[in-house]
Amino acid sequence: MRNTQRSQKIAFFFLFLATLLIVVPVGLIVVIIIQKGLPAINWQFLSDIPRQGMRSGGIFPAIIGTFYLVFGAIVFALPIGLLAAIYLSEYAKDNMLNRIIKLAIVNLSGVPSVVYGLFGLALFVVFFKFGASILSGSLTLGIMILPIIITTSREALESVPQSFREVSLSLGASKWQTIRQIVLPNAIPGILTGTILGLGRAAGETAPILFTVAAFYLPRLPKSIFDQAMALPYHLYVISTQVPNVDEKVRYGTALVLLVLVLFMNLVAIIIRYNFRKKKKW
Amino acid sequence: MVIFNAKNLNIWFGQIQALRNVSIEIESNEILSIIGPSNSGKTSFLRMLNRLNDLNPGFKMSGWLEFAKEDIRKIDIESLRKRVGMVFALPLPLPLSIFDNIAYGVKMHGERNRRKISSIVEHSLKQAYLWDEVKDRLGVSAFKLSGGQQQRLCIARTLAVNPEVILFDEPCSGLDPISTAKVEEAMLKLKKDYTIVLVTNNVKQAARVGDRTAFFLSGELVELDRTEKIFTAPRDQRTDGYIRGKFG
Repeated sequence: MRNTQRSQKIAFFFLFLATLLIVVPVGLIVVIIIQKGLPAINWQFLSDIPRQGMRSGGIFPAIIGTFYLVFGAIVFALPIGLLAAIYLSEYAKDNMLNRIIKLAIVNLSGVPSVVYGLFGLALFVVFFKFGASILSGSLTLGIMILPIIITTSREALESVPQSFREVSLSLGASKWQTIRQIVLPNAIPGILTGTILGLGRAAGETAPILFTVAAFYLPRLPKSIFDQAMALPYHLYVISTQVPNVDEKVRYGTALVLLVLVLFMNLVAIIIRYNFRKKKKW
Repeated sequence: MVIFNAKNLNIWFGQIQALRNVSIEIESNEILSIIGPSNSGKTSFLRMLNRLNDLNPGFKMSGWLEFAKEDIRKIDIESLRKRVGMVFALPLPLPLSIFDNIAYGVKMHGERNRRKISSIVEHSLKQAYLWDEVKDRLGVSAFKLSGGQQQRLCIARTLAVNPEVILFDEPCSGLDPISTAKVEEAMLKLKKDYTIVLVTNNVKQAARVGDRTAFFLSGELVELDRTEKIFTAPRDQRTDGYIRGKFG
């Protein structure tokens, strides 16, 4: 009896330790970035263009560039991903080919992002002649987050109880009506989770935009989707490694802005999801 | 008039045969009860009548099944299911308000006129003896109702699309005796205007409401006769044994 209790205590201790090991480094990163970056944050830093070879001035073009890229990636990936997920979960027969397709999509999300960058360079920049542009970068990021969106949306659709579908069909509703009226509305929270994950990944990745859109130094705002743009992750890489004598607080300030931007976008999606979940009634 | 006519009906789910050579005629405006132990094929048979078995990926059938003198496989599936409604074993409200649950089928069949929809909702709820209990809170979630109320909601929802036949799949298996009595009362009143096929695990329920009773065992139709006959002088020993509670 005492032995069981002791081994239970030991198990709890290690489980707690493992949790701590995850939480502490993340907490430290956030604390250090805030501590070192906060002094750099002021209105000029957020609203001005970079000056003196990016050693002073602001990061406004990079913020705007990241917004454009993430927005473009979602606009491209969400509809296509959702339609593919609906097809795979509702219409595709359970045969070998479709199982391979599903497995391939899951595995695609593990492909290193630099591979997507190279792919984007070959397809959008060179083959379609979009050049290094917001369009090429958005499409590349979109392709990178498609597997995440498809996989999570599919899981969300499949988690809607089969009985709801049977009830709807038994009332004479068509399959498409059932999907639109019953399945989709109840899958929205899960679909938004996938979108959140995709958003965060698209905002933070450097490699896919390296060859396809990112400008080393572009002290103005892009005029069209065929323009190059600066972006926060790449800008952070540049001022950390390529430009000598950049003040530490500028680097950490940039990192802080990127962090807050991603958290802010996640927050919006989480609020939307919360509101949908509240309406969920089963 | 014969509304469903099955001849030598065999069905399979993958390798498993669920119905064997079932031949049965269902008359309009009768209540046909189907009894039998679990795995006897009674629910599989019921789900043939609105082709809900088609959703099962390994489903195959042979033999003949017609509805209103038409091959059931040739009837447009949505209009078949509109004409042959179903009430499931567990109360299954859709995650919508009470009103929208009832209005759902009506809207899916293209009705846009709000006043007409409202009057259908009211009429259906009255037919299912639920109107008085919910008329002041039609906008609340259907999940707020009790189990018995939810099942009567499901009956009302089925009635709202104006079917000719209603299939009941063990509709009282999750309900207390008082709720069961209310559902049975509704069924007896509905008989006037609808054909009812009732699958039930409760032998006494079959005796209470069925005009005729069919006994299924291992995917076969053992016996079908007037309910009084089945319960007083069954021809087959197995029927007798099941009714007396010797097995099942």
